[in-house]
Amino acid sequence: MSTSRELILDRIRAALRDAPVAAEVPRDYRPAGTNTADLDVLIDRLADYKAEVHRVGAGEVAATAARLAGEGGAVLVPPGLPAEWRPEGSFADDGLTPERIAAAGAVLTAAAVAVAETGTIVLDGSPDQGRRVITLLPDVHVCVLRPDQVVASVPDAIARLDPRRPLTWISGPSATSDIELNRVEGVHGPRHLHVLVLDS
Amino acid sequence: MTTFLGMPATAPRGVGHLRGDQPFPRAAHDALGDSQLRRNLRHATTTIRGKSGRVIAELPDWQRLRDAGSAIKADVMSRLPDLLAELESRVTEAGGVVHWAADANEANRIVTDLVRRAGSERVIKVKSMATQEIGLNEALEDAGITPVETDLAELIVQLGDDKPSHILVPAIHRNRSEIREIFLRAMPGVDPELTDDPPVLAAAARRYLRETFLSTSVAVSGANFAIAETGTLGVVESEGNGRMCLTLPDTLITVMGIEKVLPTWRDLEVFLQLLPRASTGERMNPYTTMWTGVTPGDGPQNVHLVLLDNGRSAVLADTVGRQALHCIRCSACLNVCPVYERTGGHAYGSVYPGPIGAVLSPQLTGIEDNASLPYASSLCGACFDACPVKIDIPSMLVHLRDKAPHPPAERAAMAAAAYTMSRPRLYAYAQRAAKMARIAGRRGRGLPPPLSGWTAGRDLPEFPEQTFRDWWAQR
Repeated sequence: MSTSRELILDRIRAALRDAPVAAEVPRDYRPAGTNTADLDVLIDRLADYKAEVHRVGAGEVAATAARLAGEGGAVLVPPGLPAEWRPEGSFADDGLTPERIAAAGAVLTAAAVAVAETGTIVLDGSPDQGRRVITLLPDVHVCVLRPDQVVASVPDAIARLDPRRPLTWISGPSATSDIELNRVEGVHGPRHLHVLVLDS
Repeated sequence: MTTFLGMPATAPRGVGHLRGDQPFPRAAHDALGDSQLRRNLRHATTTIRGKSGRVIAELPDWQRLRDAGSAIKADVMSRLPDLLAELESRVTEAGGVVHWAADANEANRIVTDLVRRAGSERVIKVKSMATQEIGLNEALEDAGITPVETDLAELIVQLGDDKPSHILVPAIHRNRSEIREIFLRAMPGVDPELTDDPPVLAAAARRYLRETFLSTSVAVSGANFAIAETGTLGVVESEGNGRMCLTLPDTLITVMGIEKVLPTWRDLEVFLQLLPRASTGERMNPYTTMWTGVTPGDGPQNVHLVLLDNGRSAVLADTVGRQALHCIRCSACLNVCPVYERTGGHAYGSVYPGPIGAVLSPQLTGIEDNASLPYASSLCGACFDACPVKIDIPSMLVHLRDKAPHPPAERAAMAAAAYTMSRPRLYAYAQRAAKMARIAGRRGRGLPPPLSGWTAGRDLPEFPEQTFRDWWAQR
């Protein structure tokens, strides 16, 4: 193993014998902090990629999630979800099997950051968002967003996120463009994404 | 040992998918006769060009992002050894294991051994150009391991016993009714009432793969990027098959070309804006997964990264050609290329088709094995304009044409022309001699043999009665 390492590194050094000097990277694009987040833009972009947006008060989260799970089954929640958001009859992930997770009527989580310009929600595995698998197998994902978590652009999100955490960037429900390059919603991930935007 | 340590080396023959069975002109000739293929391609590339153009127009700083992306890639190439060593340290500190593969054979051996050691007879795969390039599926099958492609388009290709023809959408050459036929023929347990409605086809793939996702303990992926500063790897996808593979199994093996490393976490703010808009024409692709080594209790607990050379060091050694390593595999250049739109991807013979393939494949294999590819272009420059990291593909094509083997007669004629044109007196004689050609071969008839081949597809220009020099001398 180590010999191939040295071989490859030696090859690269030999390839760079001309000692190319790269120019400084111009970063005159819109960096983090250029614009303030616009909630209306986020809602517009989420809807454009077929996520459903609901404006609710903190007291309405539990009932809304229960309604969205419908008759299909109970609501699954990560262990650290705020107690007042948990619907009656919900069950928490404590190392559940994939089969048990997949059988949930919906999964209800918080988020880490949302990007208005691209209609993206980012999960970082914090206790109120849980393991990655719980937002993957259920067919309905309900995600609660506080207005102060919304940033304007991708650079703003990168500045806020911690790369040491497992990150999942979600822009609408699962989709594919593989058949004639037309977007079709609903392949392997949750086919329904609901975003509950809390009133500030 | 016959290899010289430290000499950049091209990708070995006899393994992987970088070389076609026939030269481009012959393969293209066959493809052009397939009118269904041309209809499918025209429809698909027209759709994606429209979508991409609309979302790119939303960003006021698109050109500045391209400049930044281009500069970051040039910076990466200039200090690649240091960045790879840094990446290795960070991944290892985070609980991952880093392997180095000098070529396709070594990468296939490393992955096969890892799968065996994990005790699995099946792997689930996320679409990956690197594993296509090295022929990993064939190597696994030879070892008695079943690779299951989980990307919808790759699944269509695998079930149809077909070859990919596009970087992003490997089944772009198939329309919905052809896909329905493939599913009916080759997908175990498929509903015989299947229609060709795209959502119905997607749902069939979801049902078919769900059980496989839940019962397979090893996944193989590529990576869109790796951050040297943090050891973070990322996969950009749409369907959720990537999330399944990157989350559910115990063991995750990622095969990545050495050129994919990025220096800092912040650099992602550039590429996560460039890639989706240039690639699928979306503001952001539905899912992106990023992981840094092992996260206890969440996702795969055995994480491997295989760093692949397989000819990349040879590309890097060419000061003009090394730009081909800047490619982020968005496939925008395919979608705007008038040649690709008519011939499709199979004619290029390599997993890397289109304009970027025409410059990357011949450099990875050595020009003699793909000598016709640099000619698979009209040099119109649309690829350069479309490239999100501003790779100057036309200049590289010209450079590679010059390096490709030429017939001795053509070399001799060009050398004679260069000699003549750099000597004014000789040039004047030649011009006078050319007037004689007017008498020898009248317009429309072309040149006499053995030069008739040159004028078979071209008109011979009409020579003026008086040259500029004669006219000037008479004033």
